[in-house]
This record gives sequence, structure tokens and C-alpha cells, in this order.
Amino acid sequence: MEGFAALYIFMLAAFTGYEVIARVPVILHTPLMSGSNFVHGVVLVGAMVALGEARTPLEQAIGFIAVLLGAANAAGGYIVTERMLGMFRKDNKQNSK
Amino acid sequence: MTPRVLINACYFIVALLFILGLKGMSSPVTARRGVIWAGAGMVLATLATFAWPGMGNYALMVIALAVGGGLSWWSGKRVKMTDMPQMVALYNGMGGGAAAAIAAIELARGETHVPVVAALATSGGLIGTISFSGSLVAFAKLQGIMRKTFRLPAQNAVNIILVVLTILSGLGVAAAGHAATHQIVIFFALALVLGVVITMPIGGADMPVARRDLALQCFNGTRRGFRGIRAE
Repeated sequence: MEGFAALYIFMLAAFTGYEVIARVPVILHTPLMSGSNFVHGVVLVGAMVALGEARTPLEQAIGFIAVLLGAANAAGGYIVTERMLGMFRKDNKQNSK
Repeated sequence: MTPRVLINACYFIVALLFILGLKGMSSPVTARRGVIWAGAGMVLATLATFAWPGMGNYALMVIALAVGGGLSWWSGKRVKMTDMPQMVALYNGMGGGAAAAIAAIELARGETHVPVVAALATSGGLIGTISFSGSLVAFAKLQGIMRKTFRLPAQNAVNIILVVLTILSGLGVAAAGHAATHQIVIFFALALVLGVVITMPIGGADMPVARRDLALQCFNGTRRGFRGIRAE
């Protein structure tokens, strides 16, 4: 994969992200912000590789913190988003907080 | 089919699950299903990464995953619904911290000979660190721990000087083929302070968590792509 392919991906991802989120009802703004915060937790994967390839004790320490923080972002992000969306029932009687 | 190809195939499915999940979350009818799909993607991404060749430190990895994930899950479960905004800010900041830590390792390891890698690592470290400390301030404000809005004397001048210093430090780190440890530490310290200073004057109701979040997501996505390239 050379540089231009990455550029294409970046651009298409930007457009995709915009389009997917563009016309969202106000009631979903907060859960969606929480949901996209959750997805951002995928940085956990980069952290795992960084820790996995760490050789010196310093790198291992920083890598350990990276994985810990990334896992916290992913796990916490998921559970709060799920709780927010848990208030959405089929009968549509929700308040958005 | 080599392990690497299999893992990348999994990542492809993960990306698909994330996109479909986010799309699901944009409509009230499919919102619950959406987050579950995204969750499945996260699990798949994590499991697939364990198979990444040439790694060690598995024990540390599992412990970090368990402690970070466990504590976070537990806190997310028991927090009041009205306290959700600060939890989102907190988790988001942690993600930023993770990205910054990854950048710190790359810079410390001296993998910055290629300009693009240097630029990504430095900017990723900058944004991640600002997001981290800024989010901690946001959490403190929303949680009510920090009630006043602090304005430093000559706030604008201080901000500008701080931004310039941080950028100069970042450029220095990026330009060096293998930056000295103290150089890197100074850079991250400046970024930490900058994150705090930027968010201090803001009232609790205006926390712009989402903007930093999105910028970070782009950078992280690009970085993961580049990690794949460098590994080939």
C-alpha cells in the first residue's frame, strides 16, 4: 500500500463518516457522540501492537499504559453508549438524557 | 494464507462492522443494533490482533486489557445517567492518552526517519495529549470538582506563547531522526499544559469533546494503515 492509497482511504473515510452521521435526529446526538467515542477505542489495537513490539522496560511501561487506556476507552465507551440506547424502546417514549 | 493476510481480512470486516454500526446508531429504530455490531467489531479487532506476528509481552497485554477494560466497564455500569457526559469525556480522554502513548513509543524508538511517519507520530502525540489533559479538565468541570473557570492574567498572550512553544518543540522532535528523550518529554509536557490551559476557561456546559474525538479517529485510522505498510 503506497502513500496515495492511504490518501484515498483517508478522504473516502472522511466522506463516509460525514454522510453516515449527517442527518441524525437530535434525540440521538448524545448517544451517537458516545458511540463514536466508543469506536475511537479501536486505538487499543495500535496500543497492543506497540506493547507487543516493545523491547526496553520504558517502552513496555508506556505500552502497558497505552493498552490500559485504550481498553478503558473501548469498554467504558461501549457500556455507556449501550446504557443510553437502552432507553430507546419501540414505543418511542424516551427523554434523551 | 499467511497469518498477516488473515488478520488484515479480519480488520476489513471490523471496518465494515464499525461503519454499519455507526450507520445503525443514526436512526432510533436501529440504534441498539448498531452499537452491538460496533461492539462485535471491537472484539474481533482485539482477538485478531493477538495473532499479529513478532509480538511479545502477552502477559502485560492481557493484564492491561483486563484492568483497563474491567475498571472502565464497572465504572460505566454504576454511574448515574445524569453523569454520562463526564464519563464520555473521561473515556475519550483516555483514548487520546493511548494514542499519545503510542506516539511516544514511536518517537522514543526513533522510527521517525521517514518524514510522513515523523509527522504522524508527532501530530498524533500532540492531539492525543491535548485531548487527554483537556478531557480530564472537562471531566472535573462536569463532575463539579472544578467549579470556577480560571482565567490566567493575559490569557490570550499565554495561550499564543504556549501554542508556539509546543509547535516548535514538536517540529524539533519530528525533524530529528531520533529525538533525545528530554526533547520528547518536554514536548509532551508542553502539550499536557496546553490541553489544560485551553479547556480551563470554558464553562462546563460547552465541552467540545466530539471535535477532538473525530480528529483523533482520523489520525488513528491513518496510523493503523501506516503500521500495516511498515510491517509489510
